[in-house]
Amino acid sequence: MTGTPSDERHSTVPPPASEKYDVEAGDAVHPGRPVTVDRYSGPARFNHWITAASLVLLALSGMALFTPKLFFLTALFGGGQWTRAIHPWIGVVLFFSFLGLFFRFWRANLPAREDVDWVAHSGDLLAGHEEKMPEVGKYNAGQKLVFWSMSGLIAVLITSGIVMWDQYFYPFTTIEQKRIAILVHSIAAVLAICVWIVHVYAAIWVRGTFSAMTRGHVTGGWAWRHHRKWLRELVARPGNGRNAPPHSPAE
Amino acid sequence: MFPPIPNPSVDPAAAKARFSDADLIRRSASEITPPAQRLTEVAKLIDVTKCIGCKACQSACLEWNNLHEEIGISDGTYTNPPDLTENSFTLMRFTEWVNPETENLEWLIRKDGCMHCEDPGCLKACPSPGAIVQYSNGIVDFIHENCIGCGYCIKGCPFNIPRVSKADHRAYKCTLCSDRIAVGQGPACQKACPTQAIVFGTKEEMKGWADFRIKDLKSRGYANAGLYDPPGVSGTHVMYVLHHADKPSIYAGLPDHPRISPIVETWKGVTKYVGLAAMGFAVAAGFIHHLIAGPNRVSPEDEANAERLTGVAPSGSTPSDGHEAGRTT
Repeated sequence: MTGTPSDERHSTVPPPASEKYDVEAGDAVHPGRPVTVDRYSGPARFNHWITAASLVLLALSGMALFTPKLFFLTALFGGGQWTRAIHPWIGVVLFFSFLGLFFRFWRANLPAREDVDWVAHSGDLLAGHEEKMPEVGKYNAGQKLVFWSMSGLIAVLITSGIVMWDQYFYPFTTIEQKRIAILVHSIAAVLAICVWIVHVYAAIWVRGTFSAMTRGHVTGGWAWRHHRKWLRELVARPGNGRNAPPHSPAE
Repeated sequence: MFPPIPNPSVDPAAAKARFSDADLIRRSASEITPPAQRLTEVAKLIDVTKCIGCKACQSACLEWNNLHEEIGISDGTYTNPPDLTENSFTLMRFTEWVNPETENLEWLIRKDGCMHCEDPGCLKACPSPGAIVQYSNGIVDFIHENCIGCGYCIKGCPFNIPRVSKADHRAYKCTLCSDRIAVGQGPACQKACPTQAIVFGTKEEMKGWADFRIKDLKSRGYANAGLYDPPGVSGTHVMYVLHHADKPSIYAGLPDHPRISPIVETWKGVTKYVGLAAMGFAVAAGFIHHLIAGPNRVSPEDEANAERLTGVAPSGSTPSDGHEAGRTT
């Protein structure tokens, strides 16, 4: 069970001007039954799925070269030579695609006061007591952790990847530097895959999440339950909220 | 003089292969059962003290392996080409060294190329099954049709030997003329050497011959003469006799204590196992959590609260269409 119906009447008041909205472009609430909330614009979703596809392809081709037990995965890419040749290029696609996501999402992923409280109560969340969690904005501390660790890991992966991309960059580094780059690249890749597993699992576990990245919107109940502060900000935003007609335009 | 290697008949009927895939003791990215019987270990001994720098070995290597080195640019030294390439499996490296004890200029000439390590770093780094093999006679060979051109062998090698071709994206290095040795011939470079600075035979024979040479050198004032058969890679199947075996690095950077880099060992060892375990653990944790905690569903109350917040009077019951709103658990 989440918040009581009485307490939200006071909190529909717009937040003070000093408080930052962590509402992103295109986010909008559409009153109705049920309420629907626009969470990701078409270009944001496209950007996300390009990144997702390249990350999966990179994980498959990278794991094939990481351990002999998974070398058979090279068959998916047309053999070992193709896997070796194509992996770095997919990495370039991922880097620029993720850069797009980074500039879209970084502001809403800045740390907020409630993040500390959220992390302290993350055990309650996993145990199914979401009512004990603080109200959070567009992203909770866990999502922010996924965002920032992916940002850092992808920066490390592209840098170390270029050092070991012998076809074009062989003369620029020493063999010892290339050895370090390979070790760093493999460790960062393992961590990135673990972060990705957490990200995918969270989307599966928290039902109603996938529609945010497929159709672009979630239900009001989903927003109320998981990102109530964000929902309140959206409702309190000028041109939205109580007096807005159903399906008002986004901006 | 070391007795010359006989030239057995090259008639295909008479020439029987002395080793084959049945004699592999290591195969890259594969687990194989080594044969019960190991072949006699072979070795090439390069006596640096007898080398006159004629480069007959370099030419013979190009000729036998049908390689064509590009005409490059002289860098002003006798070392030509300036480095090993995918076409030059062997290279005479010339060093002008002033001996601090005698103030004499010594012209050190070392024939560089694959050392055929007993513990081959290239093979251990290789991700492609069967691209690098080691025969029980000690020869480490690249099987080019299995090579994917990743260059991991370059990082694994303690001697900086393999080179990846820009043309076909496969790695190349000295084969120890495995094709010649398989039919009882000596390596091409050894055959071409006019001073017996290169000799070839069993590893035991070569060590014995080296002892003889070292004794001779010591009797002539080279107190530090010795054999280069580095234990850091469990010995090699190409060995050097050096006049200054106490400082191999004066010979154009021959490593003093070669071994597979600990970075490569960490990458191919603990990182691989811990990494796979971490990823497996993350997936398992998700499964178990979902089994125990069940899905996190939006309740009808959540939907009603959202409707109230947006100013629509809640119906008091479940929202009309089941738009993503599951039942409470």
